[in-house]
Amino acid sequence: MFSEFLQYLFTGITIGATYALIALGFTLIYNASHVINFAQGEFLMIGGMATVSLTAMGVPMLLAIVLAVILAGVLGIALQRLAIAPAKNADVVTLIIITIGASIFIRGLAQLVWGKEYHVMPNFSSDEPIEIFGAVLNSQSLWVLGIGAVLVAVLVYFFTRTLTGKAILATSMNKDAARLVGIRTQVVLMLAFMVSALLGSIAGIVVAPITFTSYDIGIILGLKGFVAAAIGGLGSGMGAVVGGLALGVVEAMAAGYLSSDYKDAVAFSMILLVLFFMPRGLFGAKIVERV
Amino acid sequence: MFKKITRRAGKLTAIAAAGLLAMNVQAADPIRIGSFLSVTGPASFLGDPELKTLEMYVEKINKDGGVLGRQLELVHYDDAGNASKARNFASRLIRSDRVDIIVGGSTTGATMAAVPMVEQAKIPFISLAGAVVITSPVKKWVFKTPQTDRMAAERVLNDMKARGLTKVGLISGTGGFGSSGREQTLAAVQEMGGIEIVADETYGGSDTDMTAQLTNIRSTEGVQTILNFGFGQGPAIVTRNYAQLGIELPFYQSHGVASDGFLELAGSSADGLRLPASPLLVPESLPESDPQKPVVEAYKSEYEARWNSKVSTFGAYAYDGLMLAVEAIEKAGSTDKEAVRDALESIQGHVGVTGTFNMSADDHNGLEADSFRILEVQDGGWKLIN
Repeated sequence: MFSEFLQYLFTGITIGATYALIALGFTLIYNASHVINFAQGEFLMIGGMATVSLTAMGVPMLLAIVLAVILAGVLGIALQRLAIAPAKNADVVTLIIITIGASIFIRGLAQLVWGKEYHVMPNFSSDEPIEIFGAVLNSQSLWVLGIGAVLVAVLVYFFTRTLTGKAILATSMNKDAARLVGIRTQVVLMLAFMVSALLGSIAGIVVAPITFTSYDIGIILGLKGFVAAAIGGLGSGMGAVVGGLALGVVEAMAAGYLSSDYKDAVAFSMILLVLFFMPRGLFGAKIVERV
Repeated sequence: MFKKITRRAGKLTAIAAAGLLAMNVQAADPIRIGSFLSVTGPASFLGDPELKTLEMYVEKINKDGGVLGRQLELVHYDDAGNASKARNFASRLIRSDRVDIIVGGSTTGATMAAVPMVEQAKIPFISLAGAVVITSPVKKWVFKTPQTDRMAAERVLNDMKARGLTKVGLISGTGGFGSSGREQTLAAVQEMGGIEIVADETYGGSDTDMTAQLTNIRSTEGVQTILNFGFGQGPAIVTRNYAQLGIELPFYQSHGVASDGFLELAGSSADGLRLPASPLLVPESLPESDPQKPVVEAYKSEYEARWNSKVSTFGAYAYDGLMLAVEAIEKAGSTDKEAVRDALESIQGHVGVTGTFNMSADDHNGLEADSFRILEVQDGGWKLIN
């Protein structure tokens, strides 16, 4: 009985950590620009697919990962420079629609370059699962959790302790004021897209051994990540992590105790409930309207 | 005005000339085989090998002198996996291309969209799609070459019974293939008796972890074996989770994953699992006495030599469809649609790649569940069990 519960919990936390990493990417760009970047899932895909294809060409795993992350970063900059920046005076909704278009474009390109098959990536460490009180944990789950925790810590440090991080925050709070104090907002935006692409691709790489990877993996994982970010309150790093973990655990518990048919329904009702009672999400910023 | 008249006259002469030409070639008029396949789009993994197979064998038959002394002509369209396009192309094949027989329809959706047109136009149609609805209830003009998912379920359940496993935990994908497979498995269990489903779990097509469902099945009282009906990457994840959880019950998969791509995804965790599959996966381990052996070996080597890519069971459905059409036309001695249909329905003992076809008035598929072979994964390869 207890081992079953533990098994569902492990499953939920693993999936949840993935969602949380994706949600963090959403949060970052949202913070800098109030744009919800629907191409976030594609960064995930680029990370996984590029690593797989590079290792297939004989590049050592570690180098392949670094190259894949760099590729995603370049893509993030390109996305901001070529698609978002030219429309800088457009309103946020237009920018969001641009990111949807960009995601379809990137996905189509990936399909042409890499084909439509699913690919496997080996576990970072041993294939042997770890057994705890009768429940088993994939060793890769620990990597997902560990790397997730490190990334969160780095992000917190970045936003609270570095000038660049503060510049991003300032830009998100008031673009005009930020410009007045000498922050180059376009560069800040570009930076935000790059960092979130790096984050997305790292998430894509660490989860690839669990989920496999293919050109269209970004659609559903991206959507779930967005849901997690919305539950946590868009713009809150803490919220992204809690939202992701909560979503994953609820999904796994629903599959285990209720019915696997309804697990997605349960997860999505959760957003309804949270947003109904707390429209800004669990950790959303309070809005003060100044008259 | 004058211009218009001359233009008309010119047009008329052109038509007359074309008519004369047509009369001249009447004697060697080719037999027109129509086809609509999902060559691009989400079902391209079906349509692509099917089209390659049709092209290659029409070429080969023509080189060998054609059928009834006439050449074959393949008229094909790409429905891109879209049912309404399939319907339009079926209509075009019938009305403007005036084909003699249709061999096509990669997916069940595309096939069922074309069925009403075919029935109305009274033209023989051999479908290459799987679901049981295509030929049950029997439609006068519609035939199909792949086995149904019902046969796959029966084959698996029989193998379980033979091993003394009677309490089955079922896990299936919620996609079209998985949910139809689940229904057919439940129906087959009802009909066969002596075996029961004790757990019934599902997973979504894009789910990335099925340990919760598998844990549930494992802790079900008395469960002796697990069957997964699904398609795509889902079953590979189920297989990996199965190994991670260390479940030691005998494990079965469906024919939906009978491909080398699945072995690659599932890796060593697939060792020991069994599934029903086409003999095309294991041509070299078929016994010499097997009537299908030469057909399977020839198709595999010819396809791989011509296209330089791995042969697939889906292409084999097109091979069987074309060969059945050819045999029916030869038997009928003409391309008269009624005669070809009757000949098709009376085909007996036609050895194809998928199985041996014995058509009848109430069986337009003509295959037995036994045409599936039970394979076991051993050391990352397929091993023929029976």
